[in-house]
Amino acid sequence: MGYFASLNPATLLSSMPAGIAQGLIWGVMALGVYITFRLLDIADLSVDGSFTTGGAVAVMLILAGWNPWAALLASLVVGLLCGTATGILHTLLGIPAILAGILTQFALYSINLAIMGMKANQAVSVDKFSLSISSRRVPPAIATGVLLIFVIICILYIYFGTESGSAMRATGCNPEMSKAQGINIGFMKILGLAISNGVVAYAGGLMAQFQGFADINMGRGAIVIGLAAVIIGEVLGEALLGKYLNFFGRLSFVALGGVIYYLVVVLVLWMKLNSNYLKLLTAVVVAVFLAVPYLRSHSKASFKRAEKNARRADGKGGRSAEKGEEP
Amino acid sequence: MSAAMLELRHISKTFNPGTINEKRALCGVDLVLEEGDFVTVIGGNGAGKSTVLNAIAGVWPVDEGSILVGGIDVTGLPDYKRAALIGRVFQDPMTGTAATMQIEENLALAARRGKRRGLRWGVTRAEREEYRERLRILELGLEERMTAKVGLLSGGQRQALTLLMATLRKPKLLLLDEHTAALDPKTAEKVLNATEKVVGQEHLTTLMITHNMRDAIHHGNRLIMMNEGKIALDIRGEEKKNLTVEDLLHKFSVATEEEFSNDQALLSR
Repeated sequence: MGYFASLNPATLLSSMPAGIAQGLIWGVMALGVYITFRLLDIADLSVDGSFTTGGAVAVMLILAGWNPWAALLASLVVGLLCGTATGILHTLLGIPAILAGILTQFALYSINLAIMGMKANQAVSVDKFSLSISSRRVPPAIATGVLLIFVIICILYIYFGTESGSAMRATGCNPEMSKAQGINIGFMKILGLAISNGVVAYAGGLMAQFQGFADINMGRGAIVIGLAAVIIGEVLGEALLGKYLNFFGRLSFVALGGVIYYLVVVLVLWMKLNSNYLKLLTAVVVAVFLAVPYLRSHSKASFKRAEKNARRADGKGGRSAEKGEEP
Repeated sequence: MSAAMLELRHISKTFNPGTINEKRALCGVDLVLEEGDFVTVIGGNGAGKSTVLNAIAGVWPVDEGSILVGGIDVTGLPDYKRAALIGRVFQDPMTGTAATMQIEENLALAARRGKRRGLRWGVTRAEREEYRERLRILELGLEERMTAKVGLLSGGQRQALTLLMATLRKPKLLLLDEHTAALDPKTAEKVLNATEKVVGQEHLTTLMITHNMRDAIHHGNRLIMMNEGKIALDIRGEEKKNLTVEDLLHKFSVATEEEFSNDQALLSR
């Protein structure tokens, strides 16, 4: 019982607000991941690199005297370039999307170090600079996070309703059809990857300011966290709203998925799990949720079930099998 | 006055050149379609029917020869650029539409074929009315389900929708690649009738592949039979009107000095 006695609910409660604030930043990143993963049907691994790039760019520019908000915009632009690189590797050079993402991520490791002046981390103190968002000022951080997410969702919602956005959704859904309807699918993929990585890098810039430093490893596993947020958000959204879940709601739940993901992390850490196991835990959660739709469809129509049905029919003297009756 | 809507000038294509799988799929095909021609294409497996259509659509570049659609040389253009001039319906009903998008969104994508896709709204209120009218022609009740996801429709419905999308903005050329082959006979007939209606109304220049000889004879004003990457027979006018399956088989054996004994073609007589 010593373990439970050592857990203090008050500590959990007090760490929640900061958890929500940080979760909102993961929510921003999840919106970027959603674009490639769900709309373009690409699991883009370059986000592990571009998240860090966004953080590195923001911190170095703030240290150089830039306004923190302007620095975030620069993160966004650099993220667009990262995504463009992946897109060009994939479309113009014919490299499979997963591998193209890995190559960009790998190259970005060097680039990120170079951005940070060949150092593994760079600090930016909220005492010296008026940062956009900081873990030292949690209530305004939450407000900023919510506002930013709202603005980003609005922009994405409007964009994917336009001609260009519709063409991008069609590209992800059915490339053959898209080509027959005159859509340049290569360009659409590059554009989608660029926007996605732009949003992810923006989130990286926010994260670096929030925690007060950029670190070469801050983006490690970002894709898995993003996928976790997307999946958690979608499952929750579909459970709560069902068929009333429109695109705006879906994006909102994806962002909320980021918050829930991080609150679970806070909870797990509060339960004194060795933080080393967090990545394992996240991977297991993502694997389970990705597998569920597949397993569910197979439980309805599996060979095992067919065999079982046939056996049952034989047991009745094979008559129902002859008639083809449903059991 | 009629103008050539499609001109194939001696096009050739070899797949996997220099390998053990080398296949000369098209050997110098020449073909001219006048405006309003409705040409049916038949031939055995590997005769080059689909290859011709894919060459015209620009799925890959041809090795030799040139392709003109509506008087424009498209030989050097990729498929998505040729789409401005060409409407396509595929064999697989899943290929022609985007399943996760709404019926009206699919139509709106088709309406913008060959145009710049910018930041204007993807579907406007004015065009919704137009789509409703167009969908009514199909007599499938789709005009009442315009915001339904296309993935919910049956194969026949999806194929009819694809046909509508291919002809929503009058194409210079309509390519139909065995577009009823994957449907049950009853649905296939419905889609064929809808095809006939749309092609007639819009006076579309059409190239339709079929594996069904009777359909090939019954529809269109001209019939082409392909064999070994070449056009073996080209029948039009009065001769086409009075054609029977027996005539066709006879003409084929005379033209190629071999029996037309493809199982598939025989079975679908």
